[in-house]
Amino acid sequence: MTEPETSTVELNGFSCRVWKKGSGPKLGFLAGFGGLPRWIPFLDALARERTVIVPSLPGFPGGERGHSVLDNHLDWVLAAHRIVQLAGLDGADLAGSSVGGSLAAEIAAIWPASVRRLALIAPFGLFDEENPATDPWAQRAADLPGLLCADPARWEALKTEPEGQNSPEWPIEQTRAAEAAARIFWPLGNTKLEKRLPLIAAPTLLLWGEQDRIMPKSYADRFAKGIAGNSEIQVIPGAGHLAELDQPDAVAAAILAWTN
Amino acid sequence: MKLMWFHLMPYTELPDDFREKHPSVWVDIHSSLFDPRRAHHMYNDFMDELEYAAECGFDAVCVNEHHSNGYGLMPSPNLIASSLARRTTDTAICVMGNSLALYNPPTRVAEEFAMIDVISGGRLIAGFPVGSPMDTCYAYGQNPSLLRERYLEAHDLVVKAWTEPDTFAFNGRYNQQRYVNIWPRPVQKPRPPIWIPGGGSIETWRWCAQMDHVYCYLSYYGYKAGQATMDGFWAEMDRLGKDRNPYHAGFLQFVGVAETREEAYKLYRDPAEYFYGRCLHIDPRFAGPPGYASEETQRRGIQGQVQQAAANTQRYETKFQMLAREMDAIVDKGYVIIGSPDEVADQIKTVAKSLNIGHLMMLLQFGNMSKDLAKYNTGLFAEKVLPQLRDVFSEWEDRWWPQPMQRAERAVLPSFEPRALAAE
Repeated sequence: MTEPETSTVELNGFSCRVWKKGSGPKLGFLAGFGGLPRWIPFLDALARERTVIVPSLPGFPGGERGHSVLDNHLDWVLAAHRIVQLAGLDGADLAGSSVGGSLAAEIAAIWPASVRRLALIAPFGLFDEENPATDPWAQRAADLPGLLCADPARWEALKTEPEGQNSPEWPIEQTRAAEAAARIFWPLGNTKLEKRLPLIAAPTLLLWGEQDRIMPKSYADRFAKGIAGNSEIQVIPGAGHLAELDQPDAVAAAILAWTN
Repeated sequence: MKLMWFHLMPYTELPDDFREKHPSVWVDIHSSLFDPRRAHHMYNDFMDELEYAAECGFDAVCVNEHHSNGYGLMPSPNLIASSLARRTTDTAICVMGNSLALYNPPTRVAEEFAMIDVISGGRLIAGFPVGSPMDTCYAYGQNPSLLRERYLEAHDLVVKAWTEPDTFAFNGRYNQQRYVNIWPRPVQKPRPPIWIPGGGSIETWRWCAQMDHVYCYLSYYGYKAGQATMDGFWAEMDRLGKDRNPYHAGFLQFVGVAETREEAYKLYRDPAEYFYGRCLHIDPRFAGPPGYASEETQRRGIQGQVQQAAANTQRYETKFQMLAREMDAIVDKGYVIIGSPDEVADQIKTVAKSLNIGHLMMLLQFGNMSKDLAKYNTGLFAEKVLPQLRDVFSEWEDRWWPQPMQRAERAVLPSFEPRALAAE
């Protein structure tokens, strides 16, 4: 695993980190709950065939305190779209996971020309009273890894402070990521995205970890039913909510096949 | 100093096995534990106790706001305060307070507080807490990332609604109102005193200094745990060039007084263990929603420079696990001050001087304490402790105390005789 190229784009006076790696047609990725405090094997798997571009969203790791000026859903959707444009991803294939998946879906719905083909991993944005999503912001610290990943060690590996760093800024950045997600999705994760799903024309792959303990699998059907373009659901065995952490190769292979 | 009588209004009949069988006293406490017919008596007992405290000569009676909470039966403290406004005469009424970000529009708070101030003839102390995570973010679904900004803006709106003589438009980031013009307007001019119950964040200290509001540290963990926070507050006031007027601060303390220390230990053991054992049985998953604590507060908590009440989830979890739940430790750690009247008076004097607090809010009813015991504690304190403390800090002026109408100007309250009884 080698490190990607890092650059930044500016939005609302805050900078957002943009990672880039690989060659071939561009493929964007918007990270899930917790963001990406470090590069992960899943992105390497994508970079073997594509130019992978990973912009940070405001407030998520690499995104400074950009969330602090986003007050409503319109602000968030505009910010996400602008960052995708600034990262050079306008019109490219776009993948997103969890909270990032929800914003990828918004972009595809509101700016159809901005997204060629779309891949969503267990996106936020809906809420079903009959089958409520788990509250990721009301968990004991010890329980969260096992709720987000099938293998809790995958989340721990993402979130453990690099050895020798020992700075208060690392845990603050991780709390900020949870706060940024809360700022968009508190308290139920329901942004009324369902109303905009019929605007999504891009062919859409819906990936769901078989052991997703945050978003019930039934939500995949609601997404598929709402999306106007072609859609397909694929369940990833051995994966939890952040399927790209649990099964990087299987998730990457599914996205690469869908966007080829 | 001011001696203030505070009620949390705890549900007094949580089962013995509450901690084993139930995850939390707050947020998702089960409705099967609540018996409205029993609560009828609890509310009426609690209101009797508050009225009794006022009669006994405490400087203020205090109520506060909690939601979905087994130890705090006042989702709306304003309801109790309005009743107290009619059943007390000279005692200050301290609503500690209304969590501003929970009200839409926040001018509702300006109106209700103005009503209480007018009905009571200017006896209101207006408390504005941000509100705990459990109350605000979980029970009331407020966004933790927006809570503080909304709170600060609502504060500005309420103060302006009280003080601006003309109808005005409020063009806030979170609140927009075309016509702000509250009726009634408060009796106290320019407005009722504002007190801020806060954790230990430096931002809150600075803001209280800037606004000239009273800073209150309302912890259940007593004077020993509170020392670091109050030291931090006064050090910050020094840095800002403010004086050390003890009336700029308030503090909460549990107290149990009896003829002797042994007697007090015996009398208050059950209620104290009920409170710390059952009432503070809070599921840590509700303690630290992300964004509730500012990054500056988190940074200080992580670096351990200042003891923080609201640092982060992990610290909350530790705090709940470390909590003393048995009487020896409860007394030893200073959560509850017990003793004979003289012993309690001496301790409170020492605590007041050491924390430098002029407003002491005391819980003389706590946990499942009966009305009889609460009245005994209150009466004995008023008779034998309170007179010993009156003169503490008499060299300082309390600029943050209510300024009511003169007694002769105020309405005469009729004595209360229920009609049905009178007819019998």
